[in-house]
Amino acid sequence: MKTRKLLVLFIYLVFVLVPIYWLVNMSLKSNREILSSLTLWPDTLTLDNYRVVLTDPTWYMTYLNSLSYVTMNMVISLAVALPAAYAFSRYRFLGDKHMFFWLLTNRMAPPAVFLLPFFQLYSSIGLFDTTIAVALAHCLFNVPLAVWILEGFMSGVPKEIDETAYIDGYSFPRFFIRIFIPLIRPGIGVAAFFCFMYSWVELLLASTLTSVSAKPIVVQMTSTISAAGIDWGLLAAAGVVALLPGIAVIYFVRNHVAKGFALGRV
Amino acid sequence: MDKIHNNKAWLLVLPVFALVAFSAIVPLMTVVNYSVQDIFGPNNRYFVGTEWFSQLLRDPLLHNSLLRQFGFSFSVLAIEIPLGIVIALSMPRRGLGVPTCLILLSLPLLIPWNVVGTIWQIIGRGDIGLYGWALNEVGIDYNYAANPTDAWITVLIMDVWHWTSLVALLCYSGLRAIPDVYYQAARIDRASHWAVFRYIQLPKLKNVLLIAVMLRFMDSFMIYTEPFVLTGGGPGTSTTFLSQTLTKMAVGQFDIGRAAAFSLIYFLIILLVTWLFYTAMTHTDDKA
Amino acid sequence: MEWMAWTLPTAIFFIVIGLILVGMTVWQMVTPGVKRRGFLPISTTRGDRLFITLLAAGYGHLMLLGLTVWPLWIATLASVVAFVIIMKWG
Repeated sequence: MKTRKLLVLFIYLVFVLVPIYWLVNMSLKSNREILSSLTLWPDTLTLDNYRVVLTDPTWYMTYLNSLSYVTMNMVISLAVALPAAYAFSRYRFLGDKHMFFWLLTNRMAPPAVFLLPFFQLYSSIGLFDTTIAVALAHCLFNVPLAVWILEGFMSGVPKEIDETAYIDGYSFPRFFIRIFIPLIRPGIGVAAFFCFMYSWVELLLASTLTSVSAKPIVVQMTSTISAAGIDWGLLAAAGVVALLPGIAVIYFVRNHVAKGFALGRV
Repeated sequence: MDKIHNNKAWLLVLPVFALVAFSAIVPLMTVVNYSVQDIFGPNNRYFVGTEWFSQLLRDPLLHNSLLRQFGFSFSVLAIEIPLGIVIALSMPRRGLGVPTCLILLSLPLLIPWNVVGTIWQIIGRGDIGLYGWALNEVGIDYNYAANPTDAWITVLIMDVWHWTSLVALLCYSGLRAIPDVYYQAARIDRASHWAVFRYIQLPKLKNVLLIAVMLRFMDSFMIYTEPFVLTGGGPGTSTTFLSQTLTKMAVGQFDIGRAAAFSLIYFLIILLVTWLFYTAMTHTDDKA
Repeated sequence: MEWMAWTLPTAIFFIVIGLILVGMTVWQMVTPGVKRRGFLPISTTRGDRLFITLLAAGYGHLMLLGLTVWPLWIATLASVVAFVIIMKWG
């Protein structure tokens, strides 16, 4: 039984890791080697592809664009979601359940549905092709996500703490910032991580709302496809660079990963 | 339910309400406006009533892409949910293996969706991809770019690769919540593995599975980027799902009125399914 | 607002929806409703029943448009009737 379990797990992990390995493998090869023969590891290791991605401004600027709208989105989402999540976890008020459900529908709604109006909306207020437009558009699904995750974490904090603080004469803002926020620091970290991640991986809205000056990395990657064929090595290198941020911080949220993906409901 | 009733809490929710209203209600109203008009330009539009809806609802384009979408979403659920449970059951419960497994399993979930498409685009190719090459070597004529069945299967396997970890992680955290006492009792009773699963683990997993099914259904229902990169929706339209059909209509052909009507139908489906899941979720909360 | 391409019928539609929401809120504040069980398989509040009706009305209108050539007001009329029934006994 024990070995059978390990075998299942092992096979699945191999299934998960081989494609990622293959991407890294390809990113370290030259295009000539990629197209000439199939090799399990690079015959001649080259960092040329990475050199292009990290030194060519058309590449690294898109990387910075992505980072800037993702960061903005994260800050906006958390700033508005924190008080709202507190309200949902502590109080009952008129229409609370319906409001909560409505937020959920926005997390579930396909971005494609909002594509047309977003395009028109941001064009009409002159924000088309700016990073702030993408940051705001991504709030559509990230604000609900943050509210749900934070509500899950906040419900785990005993209410007695609030009551004691109020009796001790704390005002709400002071209590919230000085006592409550430090208490749910892990929750904030997890919510921030998931806002970051979902904004980072999204392509449809990011590509529709930008053209040149705010082009994100996920869109720039499509430029490796030209009439001359696909620059596989460069594409793979860009892919590896694009998946680094998530991997860099996964260690810190590993114990809450499930909770974050499940909208704080586990 | 010992929450205090206080309508002032609305003040705390107001920022979220304002922001989401700006990015959800205003656009949705716009979609409704567009859906009853034929729009050629800013000052060149005609009221056509419900013409787009009647047309679309009889359009095989919508029917086919809806059928494909449901077929895809149900296949995804049928594979990912059982597989995720099996993997969660196989994971170690303590020791160094736990964080290692958690991190390795999370990897596919953190990859940008177009990179997921890229990865499978590469690895499925017969000339430069390991899987495609291996399949061709053992004599299977596999080509996802030309054969609709192969394309369909590749998109499905890609989704399994991408998202099964999510189901596994959710189930794993559900399993961890079961106290050891339960297992000890089962051991004393000499319960079979199946009995342990059926009567101890599965009931505890119910809530987690509900969330897993909801997330996987909804997310696979709006899948766009991965098949777009992998197959471009082809060959033909064999892997063109709802989101891509809609995007093509809206951005590709700039067929605004029709796309808006399509969006509304799409949104109504999402609304119904989400509501069903939400009701099921809060319903179990009430009982617990 | 020009980009939103308003038309009279859709404006009326949203005003009606808005009025219903305001009306329901006022009603709830004046005489708070409680969760109860009617002929619907789950126990619902007034707001839940409103949502169920609106959703059903949406699907009803689409079905009428997709399956028949009847005029649209038939579906609207049916929705109003459904609204009253679900509100009272749902």
